[in-house]
Amino acid sequence: MSDQAMVAEIVAEVLRRMEGSNSTANPEVESGKAEVVNLPDLTSSEQRSRSLLADPVDPEALARMMGKTAARIGIGRAGPRLKTKTLLTLRADHAVASDAVHAEVNPDLLERLGLFTVQTRCSCRNQHLTRPDLGRQFGEEALAEIKKRCNPRPKVQVYACDGLSSRAVEDNLENILPAISHGLSRHGVEIGTPFFVKYGRVPAMEAISEALDAEVTCVLIGERPGLAIAGSMSAYIAYRATVGMVESRRTVISNIHSRGTPAVEAGAYIADLIHKMLTEKASGLDLKL
Amino acid sequence: MNLRTVLSGNTYIFGSLNEVLGKANEEKSGDKLAGIAAESVTERIAAKEVISNLLLRDLRENPAVPYEEDEVTRVIQDGVNIPAYNKMAGWSVSELREWLLDENTTSADIRRATPGLTAEMISALTKLMSNLDLVYAAKKISVPATCNTTVGLPGTLSVRLQPNHTTDNVEGVTASLFEGLSYGVGDALIGLNPVTDTAANTAEILKRFHEVKEEFAIPTQICVLSHITTQIEAVRAGAPCDVIFQSIAGSQKGNEAFGVTSEIIEEAWQLLKQQGSATGPNVLYFETGQGSELSSQAHHGVDQLTMEARCYGYAKRFSPFLVNTVVGFIGPEYLYNGGQVIRAGLEDHFMGKLTGVPMGVDCCYTNHMAADQNDLENLSLLLAAAGCNYIIGVPGTDDIMLNYQTSAYQDAVAIREVLGLRPAPAFEKWLERMGIFENGKLTKIAGDPTIFTQRRTGR
Repeated sequence: MSDQAMVAEIVAEVLRRMEGSNSTANPEVESGKAEVVNLPDLTSSEQRSRSLLADPVDPEALARMMGKTAARIGIGRAGPRLKTKTLLTLRADHAVASDAVHAEVNPDLLERLGLFTVQTRCSCRNQHLTRPDLGRQFGEEALAEIKKRCNPRPKVQVYACDGLSSRAVEDNLENILPAISHGLSRHGVEIGTPFFVKYGRVPAMEAISEALDAEVTCVLIGERPGLAIAGSMSAYIAYRATVGMVESRRTVISNIHSRGTPAVEAGAYIADLIHKMLTEKASGLDLKL
Repeated sequence: MNLRTVLSGNTYIFGSLNEVLGKANEEKSGDKLAGIAAESVTERIAAKEVISNLLLRDLRENPAVPYEEDEVTRVIQDGVNIPAYNKMAGWSVSELREWLLDENTTSADIRRATPGLTAEMISALTKLMSNLDLVYAAKKISVPATCNTTVGLPGTLSVRLQPNHTTDNVEGVTASLFEGLSYGVGDALIGLNPVTDTAANTAEILKRFHEVKEEFAIPTQICVLSHITTQIEAVRAGAPCDVIFQSIAGSQKGNEAFGVTSEIIEEAWQLLKQQGSATGPNVLYFETGQGSELSSQAHHGVDQLTMEARCYGYAKRFSPFLVNTVVGFIGPEYLYNGGQVIRAGLEDHFMGKLTGVPMGVDCCYTNHMAADQNDLENLSLLLAAAGCNYIIGVPGTDDIMLNYQTSAYQDAVAIREVLGLRPAPAFEKWLERMGIFENGKLTKIAGDPTIFTQRRTGR
């Protein structure tokens, strides 16, 4: 059982016990089986926005304060510890974040988008997490595959990468990729052959840029998940990226997710930005915006 | 200097002091990433055996990065107290360990010996210490420091209240601040990591902290952890400020990557003496963490524990008020799992105290590490038992701006109760006046942030 499923089960069980006989839900009783109760989803925004303080001095002020921050305030306490609901919500959020790191991107999605997959020199997720140096390199076979299947010398090479959140790819790629492509075509710019890189880190874009001799390279990559957002994507973009170039030559657009910059909107912005890079022949700090 | 030994019939010959120091380190993913870790557990123990027989003189005379090349080395070497050093120069690292652990060696004895030690000696020693050794020895060493209030007195555990916000919204920051104060935390510092690194933003948040501190007469200190040059700019422009912060590294190259030099730190120090709002004398705050040098390619082939020890040697020169390692922040490529984070947290705390800096620890982890909240709670309890000056406190363990988990406001409260520790004395009196604390325990109103909003509007 995955952590997420396990947490869900524990949550369900605890809430079953808490609600006990005075449950307001209308339990359906199947023949000889346990009660079925519709428990609220702890991770829903409705549940999150509820104060757990029993008797605040100023409830209106508390509501106002909670409206000003996503931080977990107004959560009260069980003695000097967290309330059960807070504890379980945290466990659930951590489970989602952890799954986002360790899960693989759904192959159906990649197939639907027509993306082939190449792998960096990392052999497994664990190596990907502990060896960032390998996550920026490709073996000879992978490089040959990229050269074989992609249009050479593209003006713009866009590709996706799992990075530290597969969830980010699953949540955003389907919307952001066409938005970038469409946006660039309005500028009369064609993009190269998109593909997917497994176990990759941001600087892998430099190896790809060199292999294909791309003018602009853009990677759409999953960011390290926080408890609040597990599926945040970033786009790192560079003009004539070369292996070992300084970090400041990259332009980054971060916080791409449904509650940040939505993928479609981000895609349009990225397309305009790439067009500007092509015009100015620069990126990162060298690009005057 | 002997760098060879025989273990289980195999001969181990190490090529240099740095090599044997790296291989003697407890297992850390960062040393593997750097390519300097022991290749087997047996080799690791052989390296420890070699180290245990090295003389403190060998370690003084062979700093990890050459004196001519590196400012951190120069600061540490030039700061050595000669009589204290001469007393111990002929000791082996093993003898230093056993002297430290002797029940008749007192805190005062250790504080007298401390100025004779260098970072490399402290690092070598730490590689010979078990986790309980690290707790037991650290517990003996008390390094209090005074800004507006004194933190780190025996029998206390303080907290840096960290009310971070995704957009630095001042009302949102204040909401988290009131929540924290209502739990009796914030005695070490009220300190925010800003999203926007500008002097104007830094000043705006400092002003709010100052207002709250003045309005409720809170005996604590305030800080906004933007880049040191940004804070200097804000203070020059008239922002109220008790403490200036900077991340530091164990090599000059690492400090350059952070955009900081000794001259800039001196400038901040002088500025606070003239324009700061604190009593002092300790007004600076440094953060460190194993692996930061490697991440900026500034480790000189030296293991992350030794580089970390050098941070503390460097920090000491500036008589800081707070120093803390952000032990699990940097990721699994440096500290892989809960076991490695707990080990590193205990090592860093011990090394800092033995160096003579007032040590706290940000017990934390990221979501891509093989660690969870239980590991963090274990570490914070162990550190409090070891006499750690302070830990961090955020709402419900979740730092929404830095995207990692650290201690909840509630954690320090529970740990104080479990171990019989108290907040900093002046702060505890304030909590009693506010009705949040009574006889060392939270009162019924504790945990309600609106006790502050109500008094504010009710003036």
